[in-house]
Amino acid sequence: MNQFFTQRRDRLLTYQAMREGRITSTRRKACPGCGAESSALDWSRNKQVCPRCGYHSPIGAYYRLSMILDPGSFQELEEKLEPADPLDFPGYADKLQGLERDTGLKDAAVAALGQVQRHKAVFVVLDGRFLMGSMGTAVGEKVTRAAEYAQRHKLPLIIFAASGGARMQEGIFSLMQMAKTAAAITRFQEKGGLYISCLTHPTTGGVTASFASLGDIMLSEPGALIGFAGPRVIEQTIGEKLPEGFQRAEYLLDHGFLDQIVPRDQWRHVLSQLLALHEKGGRA
Amino acid sequence: MSRYTPEEKVKIARNPGRPGTADFIQALFTDFFEQRGDRQCREDGSILGGIARFHGRPVTVLGHRKGKSLEENLHCNFGMPGPEGYRKAQRLMKQAEKFGRPIITFVDTPGAYPGKEAEERGQGEAIAQCLALMSTLTVPVIAIVTGEGGSGGALALAVGNRVLMLEHAVYSVLSPEGFASILWKDSSRSGEACGVMKLTAQDLRRGGIVQGVLKEPEGGAHTDWEATFRTVDAALKKELAALDKLSGPALARQRYQMFRAMGQGLSQAGKEES
Repeated sequence: MNQFFTQRRDRLLTYQAMREGRITSTRRKACPGCGAESSALDWSRNKQVCPRCGYHSPIGAYYRLSMILDPGSFQELEEKLEPADPLDFPGYADKLQGLERDTGLKDAAVAALGQVQRHKAVFVVLDGRFLMGSMGTAVGEKVTRAAEYAQRHKLPLIIFAASGGARMQEGIFSLMQMAKTAAAITRFQEKGGLYISCLTHPTTGGVTASFASLGDIMLSEPGALIGFAGPRVIEQTIGEKLPEGFQRAEYLLDHGFLDQIVPRDQWRHVLSQLLALHEKGGRA
Repeated sequence: MSRYTPEEKVKIARNPGRPGTADFIQALFTDFFEQRGDRQCREDGSILGGIARFHGRPVTVLGHRKGKSLEENLHCNFGMPGPEGYRKAQRLMKQAEKFGRPIITFVDTPGAYPGKEAEERGQGEAIAQCLALMSTLTVPVIAIVTGEGGSGGALALAVGNRVLMLEHAVYSVLSPEGFASILWKDSSRSGEACGVMKLTAQDLRRGGIVQGVLKEPEGGAHTDWEATFRTVDAALKKELAALDKLSGPALARQRYQMFRAMGQGLSQAGKEES
């Protein structure tokens, strides 16, 4: 019986991941990084990283989980959590419905229990296809519940961020998710929990200024744009062009805000190493 | 119901004649000793803070400072802090906790500064650390939004056991201009944005985001500073007395639970509607 569910869950993950892989790959034949044309098959074989220049194309949440987790270990958490429309914002409810239809996601975050090389952890992955991965009440609540779940079960927490920041359509309620998630993560960490924050392209605004910057370990994919203010806003404010590479992962590494940059095909290796290093001690 | 539209309130909230953090400190506190610098690289004038006495009792007081003259405005970067400002705030708040002093913050900023150096030195990280620190403090924290509470730059000083707002102050996820620019690619529609954002003190009180709205004199706080000071003083005294009854851990717990609950029930509500 148990096995039956495991297989079923795995098939669902594979189905979602394939669907995401197809969506991403049909859209991107020419690389936004170098402009070189590659076949959809090459993109997909290369995990949506440009085979020529190494540009890391954004990917969906299930697809990412499927490439990181051990087969059969995926177990989605809080999948029933629905988004809310606290401001009754014009057109927002329809937009949410349309996005759910197009992406199969209820909101911009997927939470799951899973294993990497047999090391158990709680995962949250933000999905940029859903309103740029912005954080409204559903994303804030999911991150918070994931931290609480990890604390209850004494498991490490791994979050892959990809976000334009706070969700405008939920107004001040979105802003409050910054305080809520930061507080929940801090509580989890103070109890000895390990939190690995993985930043992917792009991570900006209220997500950078809350849970995404609080990792015990801070990692990023190559070339990811990471910042508080977006480059356009900064250029408008200071009235000059920003230099090449500004706010990119490599720049943040140079300025001391990241531990390491991890290429997409290395995540499994790096995460399993870190989980193994924290297995004994460190936690009560 | 208020006689002002949300758009009018935004104008009142930004009125340069309103009392600012420096004015509140001078009027409501004695023995103010300013503390400067983040101990890493810089002093950020856009956050003013230090130790003072509130009705004889030592407290840590801090807030955004916009400045009154052009020269002051420039020194304070029009109330838009960089990471150094938020790191100074953290330093002051940690000290307050160490010495058992309550913390009172005055919130009035268009937002954290979106500049090149600010990014280089970790604006996002500095704000995140403020949120993390404030969520754990074991001393009473009272935040008062006195003018414009703009975005994460405001929230970074507003994770209080009580968050109060002056009657015509506003508090929002982003400035109405930024909001219109992001959602409709047109910052000139900011007036329309004010209408849908629910950013007035009254809206936020209803939404459970703030716990109290402090009455302003006829026309707004800029028309009668003394009356405004009396109201804020009375509110601070009352809230502080209430929080004094809680132990350190209970204060941290109450604050955590208050923010934990924000937006929590909404997801379920959304489900029932569909």
